[in-house]
Amino acid sequence: MTVTSVDAAGLGRRRAMGLVTPALLLVTAFLVVPAVWTVYLGMTDYRLTGIQAANPQFVGLDNYRAALADPDFRNSLWLTLLFVLGSAVVGQTVAGFALAWTLRGVPRLVRGVVETLVLLAWILPSSIVAFLWVAYLSGDGGTLNALLHTTGTDWLLEHPMASIIVFNTWRGTAFSMLLFSAALGAVPPSQLESARLAGAGTFAQLRDVVLPHIRGHVLTNTLLISLWTFNDFSPYLLTAGGPNHASETLPVFIYNKALYGGQLGYGSAISFIMLVINLVIALFYVRLLRERR
Amino acid sequence: MRTISTHGVRTRVLAVVATSLALVGAAACDRSSSTGTSPSQNAGAKDVTLTITSNSIAGGKNADEADWYAKYVIPTFTKQQKAKGVNVTVTFQPSGVDDEQYKTKVALDLKSRAGADIMALDGIWVGEFAQAGYLKPLTDVAGPSVTSWEGWSQIPKAVQANASFEDKTYGIPAGTDGRVLYFNKKLFAQAGLPADWQPKSWQDIIDAGMKLKAISGVNPIQINAGTAMGEATTMQGVLPLLVGAGSEIYSGGKWQGDTKAVRDVLTFYKTLLDQGLENKNFQQAAKGRDQSFAAFAAGKVGILLEGDYFWRSVINPDNGDAPMASRNSDVGWAFIPAREPGSGVGGSNDVSMSGGGGYFLNPNTKYPQQAWELLQFIGSPDAINALLHGSAKITARQDVNEKVLSSDPFLSFVSQKVLPVTHYRPGLAVYPQVSQALQQATADIVSGKSVDEAAKAYGAAVEKAVGGADKVSSS
Repeated sequence: MTVTSVDAAGLGRRRAMGLVTPALLLVTAFLVVPAVWTVYLGMTDYRLTGIQAANPQFVGLDNYRAALADPDFRNSLWLTLLFVLGSAVVGQTVAGFALAWTLRGVPRLVRGVVETLVLLAWILPSSIVAFLWVAYLSGDGGTLNALLHTTGTDWLLEHPMASIIVFNTWRGTAFSMLLFSAALGAVPPSQLESARLAGAGTFAQLRDVVLPHIRGHVLTNTLLISLWTFNDFSPYLLTAGGPNHASETLPVFIYNKALYGGQLGYGSAISFIMLVINLVIALFYVRLLRERR
Repeated sequence: MRTISTHGVRTRVLAVVATSLALVGAAACDRSSSTGTSPSQNAGAKDVTLTITSNSIAGGKNADEADWYAKYVIPTFTKQQKAKGVNVTVTFQPSGVDDEQYKTKVALDLKSRAGADIMALDGIWVGEFAQAGYLKPLTDVAGPSVTSWEGWSQIPKAVQANASFEDKTYGIPAGTDGRVLYFNKKLFAQAGLPADWQPKSWQDIIDAGMKLKAISGVNPIQINAGTAMGEATTMQGVLPLLVGAGSEIYSGGKWQGDTKAVRDVLTFYKTLLDQGLENKNFQQAAKGRDQSFAAFAAGKVGILLEGDYFWRSVINPDNGDAPMASRNSDVGWAFIPAREPGSGVGGSNDVSMSGGGGYFLNPNTKYPQQAWELLQFIGSPDAINALLHGSAKITARQDVNEKVLSSDPFLSFVSQKVLPVTHYRPGLAVYPQVSQALQQATADIVSGKSVDEAAKAYGAAVEKAVGGADKVSSS
């Protein structure tokens, strides 16, 4: 298949090239070069300070071997998986959909108030939000303890993963809610009406009428929030990966190793592994989306 | 679009990596394309801008130091220069974060050839910064005349080492410190312990802790552990205990690996935790050290191991981070004892660890001569006296120390009794990695691992960090 045979815009090869060149240059400068550079750094013993900062040595695949053998890395990978599944795939999707579904029929004012509150959680700066949550979960006079009468429970220390999963669900639900609200608007009311007349319960309506209409939205939503959550650094602001690595998701692990520990080479190798995982997740969802068509 | 040189790409990549990872954007942008400055650059300039940075901030961490820059150093220096016909604009970049975060920020600044002209740094970072080429000897940055500064003769060699690496001087030292055990006399009285308490062994500390435990709502003992406190775990926890167990972390060309001394230290931690004498949360929380300070100031900690910084800057009733109004009457201090009498390094009964920081010139400064002038001013007796403004601190200068220390019983104790029995960390670039391995070992103990497991993992980590089993002792 040649380019000209599908030249619907009638630009011709030359002008088409001219059109995409700036974009390709930007992609090269800000995506391809950094990625290649990360691969290169990942094969050195480059450090933030010391002799290896001035004269990094090529170490081949040592960093990758070290990562695969590093129990901290495997622990971190597992925690990231839990974090994505718990807070994005389940937490944000379910909460976002539930909100979008229930808010359809409520008075405009209630809907406005609820949507604003959920949106606020999403748009407030991370540092402020982290401060609020640290105060909320604190073992020393924290709000949650006051509500539950569990004086002295330090949630971030005793349940670090559960804390950051609930936190991220709260933080990110707005996106799913907005996307599902729009998607639900596209479900023909007549079909829902017919289903109801035929005696379908809420679950049957959701499964047989709503889901087929919004399947693409669900996949797009899951893809985006999985990737965002996978790369999310905010848990660091709550737990700094602790106590003793118990909530050290991959971005936090890389930060702790590369910048706090100064092992830039090792951190780059793990960044590259993360990049590959990102690509795999993206490809997986894109496949699913294609199958739909 | 602009063409990008290899160097530009590299810096930009670092910038992307740093900002995306660090979130708070650790300032890794390339501001100057020059590859270094000559000492005479801009020497005759009439309009000069200089920046000072340190891990201090008004109303927060090390507030007295931040106020000193803003209220004394900057106005006085500007006035002095004005009299010479030079317009200087000096700005202070504050920070109020953990030392490790500050170190990372400064390292990224220097890596991208940016950052403040004068930086306050911990002496233990000098080796790794110098090896990385981030810092250059003073004579390289400001010229050979720096050796004729009047202050050098006032600063003892041990203190000068805080700003040196491999016999080269990189900055002007700011002073030194010593570590002691602080205790709350009120709680001691309640527990039936003496107001002039001086433990002779680790067992004495445990015994006192057991008595303090009987008072409800009190954390009997706080000896730092865990990774969240960073170097504070090493300096105010592992290392003073280690010298009390008879071993320095580095001696005779070998680092301590999975040795008996290391296992003794970890066993002591384990006992404290198993007996409920040490609050786990303080060791694990991201802000645990600050929480422990606040608890001590509120009279809820019995015994706490810290440097004189704690007395001066943390529980200082006037401008401390966690001011304690009753400090002078309620807080006692004691030597850190060796494991048993005579078991410390060199057969000593009492031990301590010391360190200290200094002020350093950024090799990328646009105004090396003016920056050096400002540095000398910061190290002058007048400026140091202004920083103390009536209070006391062990400064770098003997002429100042002779006058100020006698007025403060606590600091004379540190300078006269503690400094003679103290030890210093090895000034080697790899030290911070060993230190992190020590922190991890204590974190393992806090999270419930056995001494054997923690010591074994530590030994392996040290071997990896220092590059081989032949540089590690393991018996």
